[in-house]
Amino acid sequence: MASQPIKPSLAGNASQSQRTSQLGLRYPSNGKTIYHRPLNRSRTQELSQASFAYLFGEMVSYAQKRVTGIQDLEKRLNVQGHPIGLKLFDLLLYREPPRTQTRPLNIIALLQFITTILWRHLFSRPADALEKSSNPDTPDEYMISDNDPLVNQYISVPKEMNQLNCAAFVAGIVEGVCDGAGFPARVTAHSVGKGEEGELWPGKTVFLVKFQQEVVEREAYLPKN
Amino acid sequence: MSYYFAIIGTQDNPLFEHEFGTSKQGGDGIARFPEQARHMNQFIVHSSLDIVEEVQWGGGQMYLKCIDRFYNNYVSCFVTGGNVKFLLLHAPSQPAGANQNRASTSIAANPTSPQAEEAIKQFFTEVYENWVKTIMNPFYQVNMEVKSPVFRGRVAAAGKKYL
Repeated sequence: MASQPIKPSLAGNASQSQRTSQLGLRYPSNGKTIYHRPLNRSRTQELSQASFAYLFGEMVSYAQKRVTGIQDLEKRLNVQGHPIGLKLFDLLLYREPPRTQTRPLNIIALLQFITTILWRHLFSRPADALEKSSNPDTPDEYMISDNDPLVNQYISVPKEMNQLNCAAFVAGIVEGVCDGAGFPARVTAHSVGKGEEGELWPGKTVFLVKFQQEVVEREAYLPKN
Repeated sequence: MSYYFAIIGTQDNPLFEHEFGTSKQGGDGIARFPEQARHMNQFIVHSSLDIVEEVQWGGGQMYLKCIDRFYNNYVSCFVTGGNVKFLLLHAPSQPAGANQNRASTSIAANPTSPQAEEAIKQFFTEVYENWVKTIMNPFYQVNMEVKSPVFRGRVAAAGKKYL
């Protein structure tokens, strides 16, 4: 194994590039690996909406060429969002100030983390509403609603596919966060834009979060703080 | 004063392991586990996973202090957001004779003292920062083994700095 003690961070660049040929590992030419990049975001480091819209449009058309139905398309977008959710959860927890750096222990804490911190990170605003399902048959369903999801802004859905909601990608991110935190769930996106209240927000989307049985059991079992 | 550090994934699979010794008070940073104890370290660390799972739902903090003790080995734990556990096993060695008094206040000899807990917390925080950088790699999928020599170097440097 590499027995040379490696000097911390930047000072070790010269020795690292010398050992490159022995290890068979390639370093970028300025010697900076991913471990040198800072984790805390500077205020001005935001992504342009145009680049995201371009990439997302390409993602949707890539998926559309390969699937046969709407369910499958939504599933593909969901699968693409899932690993992002996993990574974002740890990153956002790291960026929290140490006093509030706690893992969510119950469903409400997790959903509040999602609707405030995650939504603010992704869309610069908190989510619009968080509701618990009032249906007694499904006590484990929660709904996060967003009046105008950013991802759908430049996606035009033809009339024959109007059950499709490309916010399935964001649903995948939310599902990744839930799974990472230890609350396995299924998250789907539904458009409720056309209706009585739909006239104010035609693109309104509701994310339905359905937790699995063991989460509900554990929730009931743990003492309520 | 030897340490065995392991990162355990969500399926209880080890993702990364590292042995090192203390660099404080004249230690040279090399682990000194007796030969037959080396493979026991893995068993001890994995058997404390049950206790980690019990304790992690009791409080929301990420650093759980010393959670388990097996004869002379103490296990402390840090749980990340993604339910990945960092486990550190420390085995204070017993120096014979006259050194006993001087060494008894050091971090390595007293694994449950507040200074030791603070030092271990700082070590875990630094490893957590490098861990978040590792998982942000778009090619890293969850529960993959961490093979990067840069990561290993960073963990070793953190160990040298705090422990």
